[in-house]
Amino acid sequence: MSMHSAGHGHPHCSAASSSEGGASLGDHAGSDATLADYAERIEALAVELGMDFYPVNFDMVPNNFMVEIAVYGLPVRMRHWSFGVRYIHQLVRQHMGHSKIFEVMFPGDPCHAFMLEQNSLAENTLVTAHVLGHADFAKNNQLFVRFIEMAGSHILEQSAARANRLERALSAHGQARVEAVLDAALALETHIDVNQALHRPRFPEFVAPRAPAEAAPFHDRYTRLPGETVEAPPNEAPQRAPVPPQAEYDLLWFIAQYAPDMEDWERDIFLAVREEAYYFHPIYACQIMNEGWASYWHARLLREANFLPHDLYLAAIKSHSDVVRPFATGRQLALSLNPYHLGFSLWEHIIDKFGIEKARQICREEDDFGFIRNYLDRDLADKLELFVYETRKDGETKIATRDIHAIREAILAPKYNYGAPCVSITRVAGDGSLELHHDYLRDGRGLELTQAERVMDYVGRVWRRPVSLHTVDFRGVVRVLPARKPPV
Amino acid sequence: MTAIINTGWYDLFSRGARDWLRHNDKVREAVQSHLPDLIAGPDLITGPRERTVQVPVRMLEHARFRLAEGRTQAGAGQGAGKPGDMLQPSQPDPAGMGGGGASGEPGEGGSDGGEVRLLLEFSIDDIMDWVWDELKLPDLKPRGGASIDEVELVREGWDKRGARSRLDRRRTVKEAIKRRAVQLDPVPFTNDDLRFRQLVTRQRPSTSATILFVIDVSASMTQLERKLAKSFFFFALQGIRRKYAKVETRFIAHTTHAWEFSEADFFQVTGIGGTIASTAFRLVLELMRTELAGSQNNVYMFYASDGENFTEDRAAASGSLTELGSMLNYIGYVETLPGVPRALETEMRRMCNELERKGVPIASSTLAAPEDVWRALRKFFSQENQNENAEAMR
Repeated sequence: MSMHSAGHGHPHCSAASSSEGGASLGDHAGSDATLADYAERIEALAVELGMDFYPVNFDMVPNNFMVEIAVYGLPVRMRHWSFGVRYIHQLVRQHMGHSKIFEVMFPGDPCHAFMLEQNSLAENTLVTAHVLGHADFAKNNQLFVRFIEMAGSHILEQSAARANRLERALSAHGQARVEAVLDAALALETHIDVNQALHRPRFPEFVAPRAPAEAAPFHDRYTRLPGETVEAPPNEAPQRAPVPPQAEYDLLWFIAQYAPDMEDWERDIFLAVREEAYYFHPIYACQIMNEGWASYWHARLLREANFLPHDLYLAAIKSHSDVVRPFATGRQLALSLNPYHLGFSLWEHIIDKFGIEKARQICREEDDFGFIRNYLDRDLADKLELFVYETRKDGETKIATRDIHAIREAILAPKYNYGAPCVSITRVAGDGSLELHHDYLRDGRGLELTQAERVMDYVGRVWRRPVSLHTVDFRGVVRVLPARKPPV
Repeated sequence: MTAIINTGWYDLFSRGARDWLRHNDKVREAVQSHLPDLIAGPDLITGPRERTVQVPVRMLEHARFRLAEGRTQAGAGQGAGKPGDMLQPSQPDPAGMGGGGASGEPGEGGSDGGEVRLLLEFSIDDIMDWVWDELKLPDLKPRGGASIDEVELVREGWDKRGARSRLDRRRTVKEAIKRRAVQLDPVPFTNDDLRFRQLVTRQRPSTSATILFVIDVSASMTQLERKLAKSFFFFALQGIRRKYAKVETRFIAHTTHAWEFSEADFFQVTGIGGTIASTAFRLVLELMRTELAGSQNNVYMFYASDGENFTEDRAAASGSLTELGSMLNYIGYVETLPGVPRALETEMRRMCNELERKGVPIASSTLAAPEDVWRALRKFFSQENQNENAEAMR
């Protein structure tokens, strides 16, 4: 689930169906021209307000195209059966009216934004302003800058090229073999090491020979004592370095680099999946900030755009409040937070308190972790009525606490480590077998064993040597997967 | 630099649908590889006339590393209330966790907002294809040595003379046209234009079969045992149907007497009292001598029983079975013994083994659980083939 709505859409805006449709001005072609005019003026206004963004290409797309993006995360991406499952879920959700996507935006240089054809002019005006906010964020936030630099700024073309390579592999090697590789690669999709560069060298093959100790004067004299033999210098032959030298968290990279019998096209698929994971990472790690920032700017741009007709402004602001609203309304409570609402409230709070310049600095320097931990303070949490709840296995749910530290950690907990358990590769044994360890102490509990077993099965098929995984079961007893050795 | 482009071809996107089809293919493959478990399910055989079955399947899940569910789950929420307030009372069997908790399945799909289940429809022919594939069963062949070849008349060639009824008008007109084309003053038809179809007799291996299903419905055959027998009969019938153009079925049940039934009634019949198997065999013999005497069909008999038979009946049953053995292509005996396999040979079993040793084309197999149906099918059909090969060698 982590990435499939990774675009900057407004996913799941159930109430935002804008049924009144009051703001439809003129015919379609006319409204296109009007929109282009508004867009240009909003952009000029944004520059005037000091925003600094990559150019944005806007496309009007039909609904099924939006569904594809919601499913794949990208318009043209490698194909895999698991996307088919998401596709059906998405169709069901849409059919039930739970999900309408107005807009999806892909950061890069230039950025690409897709707007739904059925949007009203007011909605599209709002979306234009919103996307400018995202574009500004993507150009300034250090995490985005670093990852866009690594993973490329033309994501649509790059991902289409990767999809094309996959098609070629499919025709050359057959569906079964390609699928076996993608099963493994996509299962490990989020298991990258974001602290390492996208392109990193292999580990050194040999341990650097230890520099001979400086001959100390005492030692020198000692060896010259009668009866003392000079000890033979240590074996100078280079020592093979262990692989990996330390626990390796970038599973995709390690397997692509070190799998003993993988073919080049298989490594290519692994690295392609990894590259996309790098592209998605900042979007994932800054979701609250980014959506909040775009919402702050669309609200401000619309407010200050005095060229907009009054009724269009009202309709746009109505859409705004549909999108940026807490899931909890009135006396109702919600067991999840709307990231748009949280981010938007937090940015308004910051700008009230410290001013816009400080906000820009925060926008450049932080990700969601720093943003929430440093700036979600008790006042705001009380104002927003945030709490932490606990659900027992039997479904009993209680408010646990309103402690600010607990609230921050509850918001951030699902986002650690790209939303994935901490699994690392610790050893490649002499016979080529691969050992993985789950850091259950850090995660606080073990893995879901049946799932993990199946992932190990995927991995075993590409590693082509025995693979094993250490984790704990629900009692805290160490378990080694797979329980049975797979037939070779 | 901001351009609004309207691109019509985006309508053509259907990558998601294509991956969905691929997913369904994979489900089918998965179903196929677990076929015996699936088909042994009691609900499959609803009516022998239906040519499809519906199988509910779970959607495939692409596995990921994820943390096991903790004793409690925490999250951030929003709204009024103070710590300790109950938001949701405990539910005896919460829908989201029911399956996962009880059976240890990876049923955490609840977070996706309702599980979507698939109902796949398979045609029985497909399933039988897979079964035959899976069991690596040899194709049934009509018995070569048993001379149940049919004689048939086939049209072959034309002649200028023949019975009027076999005049081939089309050919005749063609001949006339050819002749008229080269003659200067043609007449419409001459006797030389006439063409008559010729018939020849030809020996043809029989393509029809008769299967006799015989079941013991005495008091000792419970519902469970009849169900086992029924699923075996079903697949034996499906298998034989595939190999013959025409399959005729006869259904016989017996206690201390034997009756013939319609297919619908056959599986519903219950009887009381003891078991005299020879009554059924005699009824079959009678059928063979009377109704089936003129038929050139291959005849198979499958007999299902719990193996008990009155000891007084031993000689009679053995005698009539031996006689049947000389008339039928093959006799299969299935013993339904749900539960623990018994160490001792039953009365019927012993008799069958004895006859098998004597060279009667008979084989027996035991059904203790639904999955034994496959083993039994394999045994019967591969053995039938071996018999044939042996005969061919002779």
